[in-house]
Amino acid sequence: MITLLKSLTASAILAILLIFLSCTAFPQETYFVTYSHQMEEPGNLEVGVRSVTASPKGGNAFLAHAFEFEYGVKAWWTSELYLDSQSTANESSLFTGFRWENRFRPLLREHWINPVLYIEFENINSADKSLLEVVGHDMRNGFLERNDRHEKKREAELKLILSSNVKGWNISENMIAEKNLAGEPWEFGYAVGVSRPLALIASAKQCVFCRENLSAGAEMYGGLGERYSFGLRDTSHYLAPVVEWRVPGSTTLKFSPGFGLNSNSQRFLFRFGVSYEIDQIASRLREH
Amino acid sequence: MRRWRVAVLGFCIALPALAISIEAGDGRWQANVPSGARQRPNPMANEASAIAAGAKLFQRNCSSCHGKQAEGNAKHPDLHSDRIRGATPGELEWLLKNGSLKNGMPSWSRLPEPQRWQLVSFLKSLN
Repeated sequence: MITLLKSLTASAILAILLIFLSCTAFPQETYFVTYSHQMEEPGNLEVGVRSVTASPKGGNAFLAHAFEFEYGVKAWWTSELYLDSQSTANESSLFTGFRWENRFRPLLREHWINPVLYIEFENINSADKSLLEVVGHDMRNGFLERNDRHEKKREAELKLILSSNVKGWNISENMIAEKNLAGEPWEFGYAVGVSRPLALIASAKQCVFCRENLSAGAEMYGGLGERYSFGLRDTSHYLAPVVEWRVPGSTTLKFSPGFGLNSNSQRFLFRFGVSYEIDQIASRLREH
Repeated sequence: MRRWRVAVLGFCIALPALAISIEAGDGRWQANVPSGARQRPNPMANEASAIAAGAKLFQRNCSSCHGKQAEGNAKHPDLHSDRIRGATPGELEWLLKNGSLKNGMPSWSRLPEPQRWQLVSFLKSLN
């Protein structure tokens, strides 16, 4: 429990630091699991943390973090590094690995549906609980095992991201295929999300807690089995409302309570995230 | 296992190459604007509140590249220009929505359409 409290304190300190820094642009994604077609602005670096906490029935409560560093290489290419860690009550706190992802927009104009190609390499261990996606037969009994980092997972993950912006709404669908490079079969999953700012017209005055700075939505995600057992049998699924608050000064806070939709799912997950965008980081470094 | 590593590495290299080849075939943004989009009027033209809101949105989303006074720099264009002056409101809104990805201008389709028109009102007020 002490390690969990330490981890929570570290998250709170990071969040406060990010809030009091100041820049101009804002991070992109409203969701925690689903990706839209919005890319990082070229030259900008987004730093942030996405956390998830849950108390599995019959297991120990945990708090997992994914520290993210997202860079806009080009307007059509975004690269991102995640460093994962977790703390489990009555067990331990540990670093669980890294992920490196790249997203590409093959079509250079806005369309009714905008595809993005996503490829990720991850090198994590079996203690990872960051839940950045749910694939295959990921189920709640996976959270009951004691922390053990001996089993390494080197995995490739591909996503087809389809996303539309219509009358202020964002509608995104992700199809996920993941493969453990140690020769295990392909696993599949999905994520869909819908969100909208609470006001479509900006006010002329500066404001902090006003409707134009808030977005609300929901996402649903889950596994679709694997190559030899494709389908919904023995899979877990979640539905999660999401609220995003863009604090003036480049910081974004997000909250999302997630509810398991079947008996294989964790009953309740709570996600929270804070991110901060540093504009034109290369130019800033050159100036200093 | 080695086969998969090679496949993943190949995919990592091939995707940017594909995107670069697509980029090389695109032309200047203004020539690409469809005539229907070009002729769309700004529903908030000359509204003082829209210009003020557009100025706020500009500082929040655009000034990091184009400068706080929209003066531009070596990499990003000055927006006090003949091109912006001569562009129709519909062309500017189309540019904000689509971006010019090959030239580094991101798409601002995530901003709701009324906010893009507010930005257009501000850009026109500069010129």
